[in-house]
Amino acid sequence: MSKEPAAPPFTPPDAPPALELRGIDKRFGAVHANRAITFAVAAGSIHGLIGENGAGKSTLMNIVYGFHRADAGEIRVRGRAVEIGSPQEAIAAGIGMVHQHFMLVENFTVLENVVLGVEGGALLSGGLAAARAELGRLARDYGLEVPVDAVVSELSVGLQQRVEILKALYRGAEVLILDEPTAVLTPHEADQLFTMLRSLRAQGKAVILVTHKLREIMAVTDRVTVMKQGAVAAEVITCETSPRGLAEHMVGRGVLLQVEKRPSQPGAELLTVKALEVRDRLGVARLKNVSFSLRAGEIVGIAGVAGNGQSELLEALAGTRSASGGEISFGGRDLVREQIDPRARRALGLAHVPEDRLRMGVVAGFSAADNAMLGYHDAVRFNRGGLRDEAAIRAACAEKMAEFDVRPSQPELRLAAFSGGNQQKLVLAREIYADPNVLLIGQPTRGVDIGAIEFIHKRLIALRDAGKALLLVSVELDEILALADRIFVMNGGEIIGELARADATEEKIGLMMAGVRVEVSP
Amino acid sequence: MSAPAKLPRWAELSLLPLINLGVALVLAGVIIKILGESPLAAFKLMVTGALGTQEGIGYTLYYATNFIFTGLAVAVAYHAGLFNIGAEGQAYVGGLGTGLVCLYFGTWPFWVVLPLAVLAGAIFGAAWAFIPAWLQARRGSHIVITTIMFNFIAAALMTYLLVNVLIKPGQQSPETREFSANAVMPAAHELFAKIGITVVATPLNLAFGFALMAAAGVWIFIWRTRWGFALRVAGANSAAAVYAGISPPRIIVGAMLISGALAGGLGLNELMGSQHRILMDFPSGAGFVGIAVALMGRNHPVGIVVAAVLFGALYQGGSQLSFDMPKINRDMVVVIQGLVILLCGAMENIFRAPLTALFMRLSRAKEND
Repeated sequence: MSKEPAAPPFTPPDAPPALELRGIDKRFGAVHANRAITFAVAAGSIHGLIGENGAGKSTLMNIVYGFHRADAGEIRVRGRAVEIGSPQEAIAAGIGMVHQHFMLVENFTVLENVVLGVEGGALLSGGLAAARAELGRLARDYGLEVPVDAVVSELSVGLQQRVEILKALYRGAEVLILDEPTAVLTPHEADQLFTMLRSLRAQGKAVILVTHKLREIMAVTDRVTVMKQGAVAAEVITCETSPRGLAEHMVGRGVLLQVEKRPSQPGAELLTVKALEVRDRLGVARLKNVSFSLRAGEIVGIAGVAGNGQSELLEALAGTRSASGGEISFGGRDLVREQIDPRARRALGLAHVPEDRLRMGVVAGFSAADNAMLGYHDAVRFNRGGLRDEAAIRAACAEKMAEFDVRPSQPELRLAAFSGGNQQKLVLAREIYADPNVLLIGQPTRGVDIGAIEFIHKRLIALRDAGKALLLVSVELDEILALADRIFVMNGGEIIGELARADATEEKIGLMMAGVRVEVSP
Repeated sequence: MSAPAKLPRWAELSLLPLINLGVALVLAGVIIKILGESPLAAFKLMVTGALGTQEGIGYTLYYATNFIFTGLAVAVAYHAGLFNIGAEGQAYVGGLGTGLVCLYFGTWPFWVVLPLAVLAGAIFGAAWAFIPAWLQARRGSHIVITTIMFNFIAAALMTYLLVNVLIKPGQQSPETREFSANAVMPAAHELFAKIGITVVATPLNLAFGFALMAAAGVWIFIWRTRWGFALRVAGANSAAAVYAGISPPRIIVGAMLISGALAGGLGLNELMGSQHRILMDFPSGAGFVGIAVALMGRNHPVGIVVAAVLFGALYQGGSQLSFDMPKINRDMVVVIQGLVILLCGAMENIFRAPLTALFMRLSRAKEND
């Protein structure tokens, strides 16, 4: 573990880079995941790594962190070539990683988590005391204060992430990799993270920020490496580029980041929710007193930090989770009181694109054709005389693939072989083809590449313009701002505010997401 | 993109099981060698004993019939995401249903007795599977545990019935009186004789045909009906099933009813076809072999029929071996069968990683050419 004083804030220009990758090449079977990747990260800098899903970012970082071994190429740390065959060797070389999903033992304290694996002896007390002193120093040097004796599960997500960063620093990391660090944070917490990263930079650490959010790259990085199809598409200095420029590098063409749409013309109320309540298995209310209505021809966006009741709301409306109170009026029925199941709700014209596609929306091991009719498998058009009508099932899938540009256009292929964007397009096609009156849609573009995002957004707007009502749940604030006509903000299982699109600003929504009730006109 | 490497389909379906089988036989050969017999001679004896004569083939297929029924039972439950360890007990109780029809309605014409016997076997087997299924669906009691326990309960129940209720009056051994002639499944040699072909008399009987029909039925059900689709969705991803409006508890109960009914088919072969009475422990482990058969057959009816014939051959060849080689007793044959079950069933994946790596190296070499 490095006990030497922090590196000077400014590294001399001729110093070797903190991390240098030379010609990294990696294949998985037929997939060429990384092609001759070369770039360098200077000490005392924040380096962005950006690219669409499947561009090879994660593979590259997993090679650097020792989860995978490169087929060819060289990793150099401070000018010395190193062999990294495991995360332990990466840590020994001074490389730390903060994963998107935290690797913390939730019912241990912060201190116990920090020393986990580096206890330094058979008895814990020595290691814990040393760690306590070291955490104090890190808190002073970097402004990384944490309640060291608190149990991790009681900390906010932002603080948990801070514990992950401390874990890496405690192990002597000079190069810190953060994989999609803001996915779970409020805008305010993200700002705090960026402040932290800047102070790490000032102390001479090298930070690699892996993300697909252009805004973050622009806000905090010094240089950016753009990856596309496993190769470096461009390397630019952040202040010399623009979000549009980066997006062009990522997809190789200009992309509309703003969706063009007419003002909404809301019509009749299609779905009304009154005092809806959902309790989890332990009896804890996850959704409290939620009331609103959806009108024809509008998109209602639900903003909020993940885990504040949006998922429960979506599932209660779709019928995959049962409500413990309140009512949902749709098509002249009360879906709660009559306990109408998801299949019957679909038949009434209430379609649902679930948030977590792989967990709920599809069966990854089944063919695309089977997935393109999941939930509609009892429909007359897919059955003939007691048996499945295989030709009709395939033809229906091929039709959806053609209209939604799903590639490759092979109904027989296993769904898992499609990219995230193509899977999502197929799910969307399935639900839109059923011609619903109300479409519930969760995270429509999670894990979807930029080209497909544009397409999906256009389809959703078209659906709205066709007089349907859409309820959109997304953790991407940009997406809600781009699509929604009205915005609800959820916090702690309640809708704590409603904003018309014209009144909505990121600042207002951010405050409401954090639980502050902002006085707004409904 | 870290798509896990996959074996080509043909290697997955044939090469991998064959390697497993080969390794099991090599290990068995080592044991035979230690016992002082020649492994080659022993295997030759097993193969000719199982497949070299009409009698051998008859016995092999007769054993295979039991394994097809139990293998299909395990496979249907497997597709619904359930591990049915209880095919043994379900076959035992199912056989009771078949046997009762044969005992009490056995004087009716054969073509009336047969459908009744088939139906009763299916219903009794399904009923025995229903209780663990219901407990799993409504109470969350793990089906592996409950089906194992229900094997013991079935054994106790059958012992009680055979010793106290159904036993033939005036006899010591716990078995029923013999079925009347109308309640006996026609043997293969009798059926062949009708079309003028003479074959050696073996226990092989019409139940083999029922087993093949059951295999075809299972294939159609699983892959060609919407109910089979719903069952597979629930088995592959229960959250997606709920989303699609499929009720997982209903699928659990439905799949286990079908599974138990299939296991109940064993009585057609064993009781109606061969023993012509109900006796103690007639499934004699076929329910457990069914697990290995289903695993080796990749839960596909065609694979199950092939694997069942293989295990049938192992049984028949094994008994031939213990008959002809004095140093290899009956227990030794069980060891050999156990090795095959171990390698093909329990440890079927141990050669997957090296084989996959080999295929990747080969395909890469081809690309570089």
